[in-house]
Amino acid sequence: MSGLSTTTQNPKAPHPLAEFWGYFSANRGAMLGLGLLIILLIVMLGAGFLAPHLPAEQYRDALRMPPVWIDGGSWRFILGTDDIGRDILSRIMHGAQVSMSVGGMVVLLAIVLGITLGLIAGFSPGIVDTTLMRIMDILLALPGLLMALVIVAILGPSLSNAAIAIVIVQLPHFVRLTRASVINERTKDYVTASIVSGARRPRLMVITVLPNCLAPLIVQGTLSVSNAILDLAALGFLGLGAQPPTPEWGTMLANALQFIQSDWWIVTFPGLAILITVVAFNLLGDGLRDALDPKLKR
Amino acid sequence: MNTNPVLQVNHLTRYYDIKQGMFQPDKILRAVNGVSFSLVAGKTLAVVGESGCGKSTLGRVLTLIEPPTDGSFKIDGHECDFEDTKLVRRQRRSIQMIFQDPYGSLNPRKKIGDILEEPLVINTDMSAHERQTAAYDMMDKVGLRREHYSRYPHMFSGGQRQRIAIARSLMLRPKIIIADEPVSALDVSIQAQVLNLLMDLQDEFGLAYLFISHDLSVVRHIADDIMVMYLGRPVEQGESQVIFAKPLHPYTRILLASTPRVNPDERGDPIILSGELPSPIDPPPGCAFHRRCPFMQERCKSDIPEPRQVQNRVVACHFAGEV
Repeated sequence: MSGLSTTTQNPKAPHPLAEFWGYFSANRGAMLGLGLLIILLIVMLGAGFLAPHLPAEQYRDALRMPPVWIDGGSWRFILGTDDIGRDILSRIMHGAQVSMSVGGMVVLLAIVLGITLGLIAGFSPGIVDTTLMRIMDILLALPGLLMALVIVAILGPSLSNAAIAIVIVQLPHFVRLTRASVINERTKDYVTASIVSGARRPRLMVITVLPNCLAPLIVQGTLSVSNAILDLAALGFLGLGAQPPTPEWGTMLANALQFIQSDWWIVTFPGLAILITVVAFNLLGDGLRDALDPKLKR
Repeated sequence: MNTNPVLQVNHLTRYYDIKQGMFQPDKILRAVNGVSFSLVAGKTLAVVGESGCGKSTLGRVLTLIEPPTDGSFKIDGHECDFEDTKLVRRQRRSIQMIFQDPYGSLNPRKKIGDILEEPLVINTDMSAHERQTAAYDMMDKVGLRREHYSRYPHMFSGGQRQRIAIARSLMLRPKIIIADEPVSALDVSIQAQVLNLLMDLQDEFGLAYLFISHDLSVVRHIADDIMVMYLGRPVEQGESQVIFAKPLHPYTRILLASTPRVNPDERGDPIILSGELPSPIDPPPGCAFHRRCPFMQERCKSDIPEPRQVQNRVVACHFAGEV
């Protein structure tokens, strides 16, 4: 009886973060994505210690050696070696550093720029908004990879130029998303209340409105990391991204393409690495969307 | 008591341009069309009318969110000038607002403490500790407990949220509160609590309320003066008791007769109002009410009735006191 009365007297609502975690952890796919991502992060950060070999080390005595579970393989090179005798496992582990950090940086930059432009557009209806959004429409109208190709062709092939190209490709999505949320929030009473309290434009933008627009941006950001990694791999595959001997997953695919008939493992494992990373980010993004969207809450 | 008006409004108008497309001229929506009144500290003026009669627009102009198209108003004796942003910023401190929907008027991502302290952060240079003390004081006054300070709005009921909104509006110690239907989104049982809180706070701080409402039983309870609006114009204004005792404008009479009564003996002859509120984009000529008025005469179709003094109140009707 006393236990009952204390629970009804203190209806303690959970902290928003705890509530978020409750919804998020109930989603198996999201937890799988998170688990995969943690493993990838450990591999990425610990590549220097965990990798059995240096990524650019060429073992002339072990060219195109198959993985350990196939006849002719050895525990020395668990996932086999490529055409010039480099350990594939080590290259994949070091490649995670390149792909994940560049993918993350690209999305971070696109989010920061996108939020800034989106806030400006959303808060200044009229000529500024129209000009900005038409530019974004032009960017959206071109196929993403094609535009990235053109930008890299202009700037010259390198990893940083590929990253810049992908930022420009992803930017309009974030600008549109931010602007839409801002316009939706801007007319609400709590914003008017801040105006009546004397808040000026910068405060309204950053402190009042922005926190209420973040949920869709976080989701879009997570899903975009996988796109950025794919685009980066595609540019690498076309020889416009990371230049050899940088162990980047897309570049690894491109270099090994000629062996796809004879020595399948050289192509397969970098491809699998891309696949797993993309799946992990997508699962995480879906889980975040479900947990952050109040309409989907039970 | 001090009888200098804290808010004095002269022939205030607020028009909106309605775009009709590229090749047609813009139309003008007359949301507020010539409103004058004065409000004394410690008193409540209720603005009454149907949806779309310009009540809320009046509130938005007076809280300095939108500039008036024409006319002027004085806050605490100082003329409001929208060109002078510094003056606007200073005057906002003496006029604050309570919103209708307590679910939309509190920022869902902010703790109650942050919501209450925001006006102080923007307008004063108080230290964090002083702000917290001020917030605690105000929470005591509106009946919130101190542990609510670090909670989020979604943890509160509608009535408690409205208490938070009231506390926020009082943080800067304003002289005037514009209350835009502050209880109409609440349960009937909570309405009385919030109204009593508003009246207690009025006594304590000497506040002047501009109480926008369409609920006449609430208005009868709280108002000292009443202004009945129809299509952006005041049709009858005066002391609450005078108007409730004997409304003169036909619209006021119909409005009062439509209030539900429990006691069957108090129910008067119901006058059913036919038709709808005309569009403020295209108001009827003459008296705006003539198409729905049961006492309409030929003159009402062409002449706009000017507000005039009849039996201790101001009425805008050609035949006030006759019909």
